[in-house]
Amino acid sequence: MKEIVVISGKGGTGKTSITGAFAGLAKKCVLADCDVDAADLHLLLQPQVRERYEFSGGGRAEIKAEKCLKCGLCRQLCRFDAVRRPADGSSFLTVNSLACEGCGLCAHICPAGAIEFKPVVDGEWYVSDTRMGSMVHACLYPGEGNSGKLVTLVRSRAREIATGNGSDYLLIDGSPGLGCPVIASVAGSDLAVIVTEPTVSGEHDLLRIAGLTKHFRVPTVICINRSDINSAASDRIAAVAEAQGVKVIGRVRYDKAVTEAQIAGKTVNEYTDGPVAGDILAAWQRIINLTEGKE
Amino acid sequence: MRVAITSQGRDRDSLLDRRFGRAAFFIVADTETGELSVHDNAQNLNAAQGAGIQAGSTVAGLDVEALITGNVGPKAYAVLKAAGIRIYLAPDGTVAQSLQRFKDGLLEESLSANVEGHWV
Amino acid sequence: MKIAVASGKGGTGKTTVAVNLCLFLVDAGLQVTYADCDVEEPDGHLFLKPEIVTRRRTGIPVPHVDPEACNLCGECGSLCRYSAIVVLKDRVMTFPELCHGCGGCAYICPARAIAEVDRPIGSIDRGNAGKLGFISGCLDIGQAMSPPLIKEVLKETPDDGVTIVDAPPGTSCPAMTAVGDCDYLLLVTEPTPFGRHDLELMLKAVCSLPMPKGVVMNRVNGPDAATEELCDKYGVPVLARIPEDRLVAEAYSKGLTAWEAVSGYRTVFADLWSGIQKDAGRCGE
Repeated sequence: MKEIVVISGKGGTGKTSITGAFAGLAKKCVLADCDVDAADLHLLLQPQVRERYEFSGGGRAEIKAEKCLKCGLCRQLCRFDAVRRPADGSSFLTVNSLACEGCGLCAHICPAGAIEFKPVVDGEWYVSDTRMGSMVHACLYPGEGNSGKLVTLVRSRAREIATGNGSDYLLIDGSPGLGCPVIASVAGSDLAVIVTEPTVSGEHDLLRIAGLTKHFRVPTVICINRSDINSAASDRIAAVAEAQGVKVIGRVRYDKAVTEAQIAGKTVNEYTDGPVAGDILAAWQRIINLTEGKE
Repeated sequence: MRVAITSQGRDRDSLLDRRFGRAAFFIVADTETGELSVHDNAQNLNAAQGAGIQAGSTVAGLDVEALITGNVGPKAYAVLKAAGIRIYLAPDGTVAQSLQRFKDGLLEESLSANVEGHWV
Repeated sequence: MKIAVASGKGGTGKTTVAVNLCLFLVDAGLQVTYADCDVEEPDGHLFLKPEIVTRRRTGIPVPHVDPEACNLCGECGSLCRYSAIVVLKDRVMTFPELCHGCGGCAYICPARAIAEVDRPIGSIDRGNAGKLGFISGCLDIGQAMSPPLIKEVLKETPDDGVTIVDAPPGTSCPAMTAVGDCDYLLLVTEPTPFGRHDLELMLKAVCSLPMPKGVVMNRVNGPDAATEELCDKYGVPVLARIPEDRLVAEAYSKGLTAWEAVSGYRTVFADLWSGIQKDAGRCGE
């Protein structure tokens, strides 16, 4: 079983559309949507939820007004400026749950024992059936943190399922950016496919995300999406990548069918058999060859 | 010699838990007397982060010389090594089978972490 | 006034809106600063091409234990919820990459054996693009925690004039850190199912925040009732509808701003600015 993670650095490069299309092309696969703070893959694959679990990323502090001595020590020590005077002018301090980092220091030092530290539910995760195979996905409640732990959970469960049912591939829709959820999606996978676009920001972010996969020693290839909107930039990206030993495994042309497929709730290759679908198929074929050691 | 084994259940017929940090239980066996004791790892199982580190610290507190498990990440490995505990990697099987393999000298000693950390 | 520009989904044109709004406001004679808080992938400099005057490294405070002073009491290890410090029989181990910098271990240590040292996580550039002030944070590759760096960038923004904060995409901790204390929040979306879905996540995430909010619909191809209804449902006005324009996309791909490339952009941003002022004023009443 090979774990293939699709990532992008910059958002909006078409990562999820391409992952969805790959899922339809892979014969036996399990899917993991690790873009947990803006998960979109389910819009293409319409999963039927089979199992549902709550996720707790940590705890939050809460000040019990009846016990509080108003000494202010918690406010003084909180490095995250989470202990605040409420807007209603009341003299009791409260903890702003968005700012609270969950370190628990305030609860530990409160001389009156007025601060409770409780685990909170930050989201849900699911094991589902889709027409492409099993899918593990999640929904981080908006504004909640510790998505790295949720990504790890989603990925581990998906790996268990893929190993258990003899799948050929575990296909991971990674999160955008470079921080903790991305690291959690990428570290230890068999191949990272970076989806980029031929723009100055696409180029810039590509170099950073390729630096990240190199840092974690994950073999990496590049797929240039909407490659024909600026062919010169596509060629430049290819040259820079090849110079660093990173292969460009596909160029996918700009086609309105990609957005139309999204609106229809289908993958690109289900929606059309036009040239853009051919581009994606060719990219997938190279990925298979690479993971099977034929290239 | 006292040995800790990661286990999915509470007795010698339970299956080895391949996970270290998020193992369900640690079973400590005395290889001379055959005596077993069970230690729940529920607290680390649900840790927000650093389950491997916490589990390493728990096992260090169990006064054992060796650990038998499936996989150990880099941070857990560092803690176990600092605590002077040797790590042995076992294939799937029961606690009793793993212990027998250990006594027969059939288990591979791990001299570095054998899986990636989770980075959270 | 601090205006944050954010987006649930990446690639909707957040940086384009932030950069062009800056250029419009500078042109209108205001004192403006652009603050790039998308520290994982900062791209504003590619379009603004600022002259960088200073660069400083920044980090988070992590524990350093003095083994001579430490009595192995274990208090630090039992306090730390991130497993960044663990006490064994004969030593204390630290894992700086897991530390969130709360300072708890150093504060509670009865033996005063813990000092804090800075662990660098990124850098902050300051400079100017013409009359526009420029601040940008850049997270080091391989670092997991961006919020502390985002906070440092925000601390450097001036109190007077207008600051446009380019926030990281998404709805989790980095995005919330960047928008939490702004005076006005602009949400950028695009008229696709993914765009709408992520806009709704964003609207849910920010509904409890006190500042007024507005939506910018980017790359619009005619009316989009579904997005308009969504904004209505959350009581957030649509302040601008920027039409899809191949010229803008081409300019963007080359690192030019729409402002430079397309003349019609002036009216779009003039309307957007008066919308923000009207809205901010209304909420202040």
